[in-house]
Amino acid sequence: MDQLVDGEALTKVLVLSLVFGAGVPAVFALGVRALAPVDGTTSVLRRSAAYLCFAVCAAAVVVGVAKLVVGSD
Amino acid sequence: MSPLRTARIVGDVDGIPLLVLVVVTALAFDFTNGFHDTANAMATSIATKALRPKVAVLLSAVLNVVGAFLSLAVAATIAKGIVEQDAVTLSVVFAGLCGGIVWNLVTWYFGLPSSSSHAIIGGLVGSVLVAAGADGVIWSGLLSKVVIPAVIAPVAAGFIALTGTWLVYRITRSVGSGARESEFRWGQIGSASLVSLAHGTNDAQKTMGIILLALIAGGELPADASVPVWVIVACAGAIGLGTYLGGWRVIRTLGKGLVDIEPPQGLAAETSSAAVILVSSHFGYPLSTTHVASGSIMGSGVGRRTPVRWGVARRMVVAWLITLPAAGLVGAGAEGIQQLLDGAAGTLVVLAILVTASAGLWLASRRSAVDHTNVNDDWTAPDRPASVPA
Repeated sequence: MDQLVDGEALTKVLVLSLVFGAGVPAVFALGVRALAPVDGTTSVLRRSAAYLCFAVCAAAVVVGVAKLVVGSD
Repeated sequence: MSPLRTARIVGDVDGIPLLVLVVVTALAFDFTNGFHDTANAMATSIATKALRPKVAVLLSAVLNVVGAFLSLAVAATIAKGIVEQDAVTLSVVFAGLCGGIVWNLVTWYFGLPSSSSHAIIGGLVGSVLVAAGADGVIWSGLLSKVVIPAVIAPVAAGFIALTGTWLVYRITRSVGSGARESEFRWGQIGSASLVSLAHGTNDAQKTMGIILLALIAGGELPADASVPVWVIVACAGAIGLGTYLGGWRVIRTLGKGLVDIEPPQGLAAETSSAAVILVSSHFGYPLSTTHVASGSIMGSGVGRRTPVRWGVARRMVVAWLITLPAAGLVGAGAEGIQQLLDGAAGTLVVLAILVTASAGLWLASRRSAVDHTNVNDDWTAPDRPASVPA
């Protein structure tokens, strides 16, 4: 080991973690917001948008599990 | 294996009995690992009532078992690059495991979420120091693979959870809190499940690696052997059982003690944990689940601008700092006793001490028991694991 901290790898880890770790909850929150009734109803468009958001989150989970199965490196 | 090493193993050990003892002790460590770490995945879901306590630990246990079968990528790398492999004999592994188990139980007694990985690595480093001296430890490896990640991981996870929590509350601030809470509870179940799965994969493999190391050192398997199926099954079972019994004292600290947690915040904290653990292990930096989860929960509290109980946080950070040296001291003591009383006698004395210490801590814990019935009680006495009924 030449150096104690590999700056480039660390940056990659941090950026990707931030994108997934903060991005997925944000997308989920967008879904929750789209699903919330406006004037007592939720339009089909908003409902579809909400489900799309939840689907994106589910896809992120699937990618996570796939990474676990494949393993590191 | 070098002839020297073979001679040493046969010399200070009675072969098969010690090997069996090491395997059983490794499984016991795996059990405390699951037991101690249930909180990492489930504390927030239990605190926000997204899952009932018993359901949460059952779900986490099942996912830990599934996770243990998912991948074998990091097995056998537990101590590689941290201690010289030639210094690792069966008695060294046994002493290291004693250090890991004792420290896990002590921190559990005090309800402190400390790292199980640090406990076992500390134990091994301590016992290698006694067995082979300072040359047996690869200090730069210890620094770069264990110490530095332990400093960066909780800070990074905290920052990510802070960002996620802030975004979630910003985006949903126009939404009524009733509907919002129920949807976020569902999301929380998903994110907590992912953390459990990742925990099973990472942590069960550490024990598999230790058992594999022992089987190779004991001459039962060739040096290039892969993990036998019975080892995978046994490790999955041990970590699953430990998770199911649930270290309620630690769950209480993380779920109730550190910050008050709402469902949207729980979702952000758990997703941050899952992302940091999965991304870093993808790049080959396996982190301590505990450091990541605690950092995330603290960050989410800051992100929602709720008061963090810094007194609890401080105790936790102190526990992180002393885990490596404390487990190392126990490991060193255990190896020292084995060297002092050469042969089976030393090992038996250490075993007796280990069993006595574990039983003592368990009995002491009964006096202020925390279980699924009172895990969510209000945090009234910050210096105690749970409020003791008068």
